Parts: sequence; structure tokens; C-alpha cells
Amino acid sequence: MDQLLERLAGDEKHDRSSYSTLDVLWVLYDRVLEEDDLFLLSKGHGPMAYYAVLAAKGLIDEEEPDGFGAFDSRLGYHPDRVVLPAAAISSGSLGHGLPIAVGTALAGRRTFVLVGDGELDEGSNWEAVQLAGRLRLQNLTAIVVDNASATHGWPGGIAARFALERWDAVVVDGRDRDALEAALSGNHVAGPVCVVAEVRG
Amino acid sequence: MTATTMRGRFYELTAAALERDERVWAVLADIGESELPRHPRLVNVGIREQLMIGVAAGLALEGKRPVVHSYAPFLVERPWEQIKLDLTHQDLGAVLVSNGASYDASRAGRTHQAPEDVALLATLPGWRIEVPGHPDELERAFTRALATDERVYIRTTLERNHAPVSGDGLVVLRDGSPLVVAVGPTLTPVLEATSDLAVGVAYLTTVRPFPHDAFEDVDDVVLVEPYLAGTSAAEVTKAIGHRPHRLRALGLENPELRRYGTPEEHRAAHGLDARGIRTALVDLL
Repeated sequence: MDQLLERLAGDEKHDRSSYSTLDVLWVLYDRVLEEDDLFLLSKGHGPMAYYAVLAAKGLIDEEEPDGFGAFDSRLGYHPDRVVLPAAAISSGSLGHGLPIAVGTALAGRRTFVLVGDGELDEGSNWEAVQLAGRLRLQNLTAIVVDNASATHGWPGGIAARFALERWDAVVVDGRDRDALEAALSGNHVAGPVCVVAEVRG
Repeated sequence: MTATTMRGRFYELTAAALERDERVWAVLADIGESELPRHPRLVNVGIREQLMIGVAAGLALEGKRPVVHSYAPFLVERPWEQIKLDLTHQDLGAVLVSNGASYDASRAGRTHQAPEDVALLATLPGWRIEVPGHPDELERAFTRALATDERVYIRTTLERNHAPVSGDGLVVLRDGSPLVVAVGPTLTPVLEATSDLAVGVAYLTTVRPFPHDAFEDVDDVVLVEPYLAGTSAAEVTKAIGHRPHRLRALGLENPELRRYGTPEEHRAAHGLDARGIRTALVDLL
């Protein structure tokens, strides 16, 4: 995995963003996602970890990361689902994935969506949070990778805001793969699930 | 001012304006904050672009002069209704300054590219739209914008012409027909493409309001715009459409290029480098 990430050089501005998602992505693709599940990377910034995990799991060619960011590459600084079918959605503009995830969950698909704590600044997320909670969407899981990057922070914590909208919200160490697996694999029967994966340092 | 990019010059000018003019406020949505010194009248709202425009409108309502800045798609497209209603319909002024333009963020993909920005804003009344091609022209446009209460959009890009052009409106650099009208940063490739062609060349940075009167004696026009092809074609038609004329509009034909790579590769792919412009002109001639 380290070798794969090294080959995805060039988008240093988003390094921190990329590596904060690495363990969550690995646990999802290695331990949680089943064949019929859908995973949406809403936080398209810094997708190096995403591409590395896709390559490690054989979902894209292992040589493909070498072309990261090139004119003819399918792997850009934000994913495009039309050129890269392994990505369920194109992303890069923040606050789009969670609303789309409400749609796929409504259509009956078990859906996991990854957002960032900074991304939650965008109000479109909260429209989705409110609706999913009130519709009791049991097949929807939002993973918030919280690397404390939101400019004005989240006083009172992110989980409390999801819980207020009747999501089953838990906070785990975003580097603890076993804790992530347990939180993402639990039986949550009441409504949508929010796993806040804290990544510090 | 020393910055050699339009974006850098904009940050220098904004920092100076905050010190000099108490009416000036800077309103950001994370983008650009690290480039500006902290200041009591600089407010970073976080990644909340609709709020960014709404806050700017509130400041304008109180007589302030808000300067609002982000990547073009996040400044113009995401908060579109706030621009339409909170600023335009409320008849309030602001200075919107974007970066990224059509394909500066080529590796970032479609989400960070806005070749439609000028076309979108041009649908709304009362906007002055500036497309400078050099940091000195950006400085001129920004300074003029701050001195008014107008609604002004200034589109910066990492592309730049070799030298600034002085003068307002349509600046004719070489007489001839057809008249090739280079908008903003397309001037340097236009000059290269036309160096041995019997055509006229003119330069335009203020695209709205469009200088219809300057086309009084012009019959054939090739418009070269650094964004969506034909963005100003209807304006040219308004100026010369009542008499026999020819019009060819060059620009981005396909905003969904679905390529990464460098800005230079994108410019060539859209036919906006000197070679592409020359090929189109030779076809026309």
C-alpha cells in the first residue's frame, strides 16, 4: 500500500486529506462492503488513498497509479465515474455525495458514503442528514472522516448533530481498523448510521 | 504591486484595500485565506459558498464594499441563486473575483473548472464582467471596481499575455478584415497565430457591458474567447447583425473534456493555442 501511495505523487496540497481516509477505505473494501453494496466517496479531495485501495483490491490495474494526474490517465485529483467506473460517483465539489446517497438508499441499495468534517460545512449535507433521519433510512451509513479540518470546527461534536436528527451515531478512532470494522458492520436497525472516524496528527 | 500572477496580484491588492478603505470587506469560503493577512474585515465563512454570497449581500446592504473570492465554479455556479437574488434582484453591489478559470485546475477535473461562468453571469442584468489578460489589467479592473458600487465579476487565470494592453473597450491593435477579437488571455496566442495573416486584431477585456458601438465599421468578426465558445456571439450579432456579416466564435466547445493533464494540454485540446486558432482562421479565410 505504501508503494502504491508513493506512486500517486503530485497532489501534495491534499496529502493530509488523502491519508486521513486510508484506514476507513481499507476496512470498507477489505472487510465490510459486499457485492451488492454501494460506496460513494463524497470527499473527492485527495483521492490517492482511494486509488491505492482500488488498485490493491484489483478494481483498477495495478500499473494505473503511475499515470496519476496525466492527460490520458483515468486517475485525476478528483474522480470521474464516467472514465473510472470503479468510482460510483464523480466528486470534488463538496456536499454532493450524501444527498446522492439518500437517493440510492431510497432506491433500496445498501449505501456507504464517506464525507469529511470540513465538507460538512456545506449546507447540502445537512438537508440530507435531516431527511435521512426523518425517513429512517436503515440502509444508509455515513462515515465522517474527522481530521479537524473545518475552519470553524464543530462545537459539541459531529456525532451529536447527526444524533439530533435521529441517526445512530458513534465515534471511533479512524486509525483503528478493528474498531472501524465493528462500527461499520454492526446491526443498526433503527435508522441511518453515522460513524465519525477521528483522525488526529 | 509585484505579483506576477493575476491571482497573486489580487491578494496584494485586497490586503492593501483592507488597510486603506474602511468600506472594503473580504468574504472568503476557505479558498484564499492562507494568502491574505488576518484582518478584522476579512471573514472566512468556511466551505459555505451560498452563505458567502449572502453575507456579501448583507454587507452591501449596510453600505460596505464586499470583495468575494473563490474558484470560479464555487463563486459563480454553486451560489447561483444567491447571486441572482441576493445581489442582482436586490440591486446590491459586490466585487466577485474568481480563480481557476476554464482549465487552470486541469488535473483537478471538471469540479474545479468553470468555462460557463461568464455565460451564466451574462444572463443577469447589471454586471460588469472583466476578463483581464495580464496582472496589470487585473489591477486596473479591480481598482476601478472598488471605486464604484457596481456588481463586478473579475475572472483571473494563470494564463497571461506577454504584455498588458492599455485602453478601455475594444482596442484595435491592427486594422484588417476579418477582425479577430481576442478576449483576455487569448491575445498572445492570437498574435502568434495571425502574425503573417492578412487579418485585423483587436483586444477586449470588459466583455459586459459589450462595446456594440465599437463594431460600427466591422463586417467580419472572429471572436476568440477563453471560455465557452459563443459566449459573446449574440452580442456581436446585436452590433452587426442588421447588415451582411460573417461571425465565427472560437472557445471551448466541450466543457466535458474528461481529461486531466496540464493547462497547456487542455488549451491545445480546445483549439485555443496558437496552432488551433491559426487552423480555424485559415479554414475561414
